[in-house]
Amino acid sequence: MHKGISGTESISAEDRDRLAEAGLEFEAVNRCGSFFQIDQEIVHSSCTEKGIEIYPIGDALSKFPWLSDYAWKLVSPDKDEYTRYVADRPEPKGYVIIARKGSKNIMPLQACLFLEHAPIQHVHNIIIAEEGAELHLITGCASSHTTENGAHYGVTEFYVGKNARISTTMIHKWGEKIDVLPRSATRVEEGGTFLSNYVALSPVRHVQMYPLADLVGTGAVARFHSVVVAPPGSLLDLGSRVLLNAPDTHAEIISRSITRGGTVIARSHISGTKENTSGHIECKGLILKDGVIHAIPEIEGTVTGTELSHEAAVGKIARDEIEYLMARGLDEEEATATIIRGFLDVRIAGLPVVLQKQIDAAIDAAEKGF
Amino acid sequence: MLTIENLHVEVSGKEVLHDINLHIGEGETHVLMGPNGSGKTTLIRAIMGFSDYVVTDGRIDYKGRDITHLPIHERARYGIGMMFQRPPTISGLKLGKLLMAEAGNMPDKVSEYVSAMNMTDFLERDLNAGFSGGEIKRSEVLQLMIQQPDFVMLDEPESGVDLENISLIGSAIARLVEKDRHIINRHKSGLIITHTGFILDYIEADGGHMLCDGEIRCHGNAREILSVIKSKGYRECIECTKV
Repeated sequence: MHKGISGTESISAEDRDRLAEAGLEFEAVNRCGSFFQIDQEIVHSSCTEKGIEIYPIGDALSKFPWLSDYAWKLVSPDKDEYTRYVADRPEPKGYVIIARKGSKNIMPLQACLFLEHAPIQHVHNIIIAEEGAELHLITGCASSHTTENGAHYGVTEFYVGKNARISTTMIHKWGEKIDVLPRSATRVEEGGTFLSNYVALSPVRHVQMYPLADLVGTGAVARFHSVVVAPPGSLLDLGSRVLLNAPDTHAEIISRSITRGGTVIARSHISGTKENTSGHIECKGLILKDGVIHAIPEIEGTVTGTELSHEAAVGKIARDEIEYLMARGLDEEEATATIIRGFLDVRIAGLPVVLQKQIDAAIDAAEKGF
Repeated sequence: MLTIENLHVEVSGKEVLHDINLHIGEGETHVLMGPNGSGKTTLIRAIMGFSDYVVTDGRIDYKGRDITHLPIHERARYGIGMMFQRPPTISGLKLGKLLMAEAGNMPDKVSEYVSAMNMTDFLERDLNAGFSGGEIKRSEVLQLMIQQPDFVMLDEPESGVDLENISLIGSAIARLVEKDRHIINRHKSGLIITHTGFILDYIEADGGHMLCDGEIRCHGNAREILSVIKSKGYRECIECTKV
C-alpha cells in the first residue's frame, strides 16, 4: 500500500520545502502513517501500522462514543479565550490517534497542520496509548510562505496508559506575523512514559504555551525538551509543567534557548507531592544579539521523599571556546556556528533514531542563519 | 621556522612578557622552562594570537612572514598548532564531530589516529566534558595529529597524566615533531613547556630556554638547564640576569 500523502498536489514547491523543514515526508517513507490538515480542511488521514489508528476528530467522536470520556477532560474548554474558541467551533478539526493495547510503531506517525489562507487554524487532538502501547508521533506545523498574518490555536490531550509510551516531536516553521497558541496536557498512568520534544528555529511573531503532564501512576516518567531560537520581533513564551502526583515518578525538563534579538521566556515547573519522586530542570540560554532570555525554573516539593533540582544559565558564547576552535583552524564564524550547534544538541533518551535525525536535520538547516 | 624579536606582551593592561627574543629553526624542538607565573603560557598564547594577549611591541615571524597581528585561525591554517593545558569544555560539541571538521580533506586518517590514541569511546562525548587529565591530553594530541601542524606548541603535556598515558602521549608528541625521522628529513618544529622534563625521555630537545619574570634568562642545552633547576631550584635563574 502506498503510504504517500494525498490531497497536497496544490502545495507549491516553496511550501513543500517549508513543510519538509518541519519534518514532513510527503512520500512518508519513514512514517507509518500521516495526517494532513490545510487550514480547516483535512486532506489526508491514514495509518498502515497494525494496532495504531488515526481519524479526523469529527469522525472519531461519532465512531467512538466513549471518546467523550477523553475529550476536554485534560484541557478545560474554559481555560482561556483560545480554548473557548476551539471548543465553540461547530465542526471540530484535528485528529484522534489510538494506539491499541500492546501495539508499537517502529516508524513514527506524522501529523501536519498547514496554515495557508485561514486567519485562524484551529485543531483539537486526542492521542491515546493503551496499556503497553508505544507510539511515536512527529508533528510538523507550518505556514505558507505567502501567509502574511494568521494564528494557530491547538488543543491536544495525551493519555499515556499503563506501561505505555508516547513520544511527540513538534517542529514549527511559522512566519513572522503568525501567532501560535497550543494548549496541551498529558496524563500518564502507572509505568508510563511521555517524551515531548519541541523545535522552533524559524521566525514567528508569538508563541505561548505551557503544556502540563500529570503523572498519576506509580513509576510514570515525563521528559520535556525544547530547542528554540528567537529572531528579532518574536516573543516565545514557553514552558512545561510536570506534577509528580504518584510515588516513584520522575520528570526532566531541558530547554535550550537562543535569542538573536527576540524574547524568550523559558518557564518550567516541577511539583513533587509524593514519596520517592525526583525531577530536574536544565534551562540554558544564549544571547547572540541583544534580546531577552528570561528563565523561570520552579521546583516545588511538599513531602520529604521528593528530590528536585534545577540549573539555569544565560549568557553569551565564551570567548575561550571560540578561540579554542580557531586554534584548530576554524574561522570565527565557523567556530561560533559550531558552538551554537553543540549548544542546541540535546540527545533524547528513548527517542527513535529517525526522529532524532529529524531534529538534527531541522537544527542543521537553521545553522546557516545563526 | 619561528623568530621572535623584542616581543612585549600585555595581559589585562599589565606587561607580562618583556623583550623576548627567540629563534626555533626548521626541524628543531625546543623546551621552555620556568617557575609558575613566569610567563610561559603567555608566550605560547601570544604566538597563537589569543585576544587576551596583546602584543605591544616587537614581532613574531613564522616561515619568513610577520604573523604578529594575524587572526588565530590564519596562524592555525598557516601551520601553527597548540596543545592546551586546560582546554575549555564545549557542551554538545562531540569530539568526533570536531575531529571531522579538523580533518578537512583527509577524513580517512581520523579512525587510525583515534585508535592510536585510544579515544574511540570518546567520539560521542562532549568535548572535554568529564575527561580525566590523561584523556584531555590524549584528545589534544589526537587533534594535533589530525591538524598536522608544522610548528606545534605544547603547554605542559605531562601535567595530570598517569604513567601509562605519559608513554603514549610522549611517543605521539615525538612523532608530531618528527623525532622518529632522520634529522635531515625532519621539517617540523616544536616548543614545549615542561616543569618535570619528562618529555625529554621521549624527545631529544634541540634547545632549552629559561623564562623568569617575563624575561628569557638563558638559552642553552635543555638537559643542562633542567639539571640546574633540579639541583638548585629556580633561585639562581631568578637572580641571574645574563642571557
